[in-house]
Amino acid sequence: MAEHEEGIWLQARREVSIVELADDCGVPVTVLQELVEYGALQPTRAEGGDEAYSAACAPQVRSALRLCQDLELESAAMPLVFALLERIHQLEERLRHVSAQLTAPHR
Amino acid sequence: MEYKDYYAALGVARDASAGDIKKAYRKLAHKYHPDVSKEKGAEAKFKEVAEAYQTLKDPEKRAAYDQLGTHRPGQEFRPPPDWQENFQWQRGAGSANEGAFSFDDLDLSDLFEGLSRGGRGAGRTHAERPIPGADFEVTVHLTLEDAFRGTQVDLELQMPGYDEHGRVRHAPKKIKARIPKGATDGQRLRLRGQGGKGINGGRDGDLYLDIALHPHALYRASGHDLYLDLPLAPWEAALGTTVEVPTLAGAVNLKVPPGTRAGGKLRLSKRGLPKPGGGEGDLYAIVQIVNPTVLDERERELFGELAKHSRFDPRAHFAGASHG
Repeated sequence: MAEHEEGIWLQARREVSIVELADDCGVPVTVLQELVEYGALQPTRAEGGDEAYSAACAPQVRSALRLCQDLELESAAMPLVFALLERIHQLEERLRHVSAQLTAPHR
Repeated sequence: MEYKDYYAALGVARDASAGDIKKAYRKLAHKYHPDVSKEKGAEAKFKEVAEAYQTLKDPEKRAAYDQLGTHRPGQEFRPPPDWQENFQWQRGAGSANEGAFSFDDLDLSDLFEGLSRGGRGAGRTHAERPIPGADFEVTVHLTLEDAFRGTQVDLELQMPGYDEHGRVRHAPKKIKARIPKGATDGQRLRLRGQGGKGINGGRDGDLYLDIALHPHALYRASGHDLYLDLPLAPWEAALGTTVEVPTLAGAVNLKVPPGTRAGGKLRLSKRGLPKPGGGEGDLYAIVQIVNPTVLDERERELFGELAKHSRFDPRAHFAGASHG
């Protein structure tokens, strides 16, 4: 019999701790710490030592990890892959926004 | 068991070197990896290529694969009688009835997964160490109406798992996934624990649903905001009017102010897609001014009168610019 499941959105616009973000991404915290160390992942807030991160980047973290594993890239490539995927994601969002505002020729 | 030609999947000869196999895989992975490829059917193609590479990159698995002989892709076949003894395929702990074992319900990839886990003490490690289940990702296509209301999708996935002997087996798994309202293009939904089964106390993997919205005939989505073209006749734009505008929740009346310009955006607050945390996006009607293509005599007369009377110059700014 089919199981009935309700999911959670990964990109909900919320701030999370690095531990929660790692859980969202399904990766060890050390993977994210490395991204932070290389400056590829930046906290959205760092008040009193409690750093917060945007949960919106979870899909890009997962994609970067999959690409590195599947293409047998060295782990040092992961921050670069992640940063490039983030950039592509931002540009695609921008493109979607601009395209949505372009009027279609009247039929 | 169905035969798959792993060499053909990678586009290499059967005597290709390990280096050539790696090169061919990387080339195809760049082309078809689901995280970068926009090609239709890329995900399925990448799975095929990755499965071939997983076997051919490992010298022991490649030798075992070669020993299966050459068959037509898709052809039913059985490994030669001495194949499993030569390659220590894991048949399950304490298989006293080895002769009765059947390969018929086995997938070729499961066979080679079993090979890697068999012999050389791998079984003992496997028996003690918790192994997390694999995560899976699938793309789910939704209409904008589905995204607005929320919907349920029926998924049937082939999930690898382990049977009672610890052997890898692909089995169909049916999941009814509820997509909460407010899905947007490119969003990812996580279904915790719905991926591959963990073993020895390892956590079950997760299932990730990548949302892709079908293009809509009327609306274009940007996040939770929607955009709609609003054609107006020149006199409606000039004089102002009230028009009926379709929204995903039903038609509403929109007041168009006098002197409305083409390209102007009229906002219908909270008529976009619902947001997961509460609230809604907006609907923007983008004004298009549309002229009648055929004029009757009276219309032509009225436009002519307007042309004679009006001092409006839509190109007044040209004059200043030409001296600049």
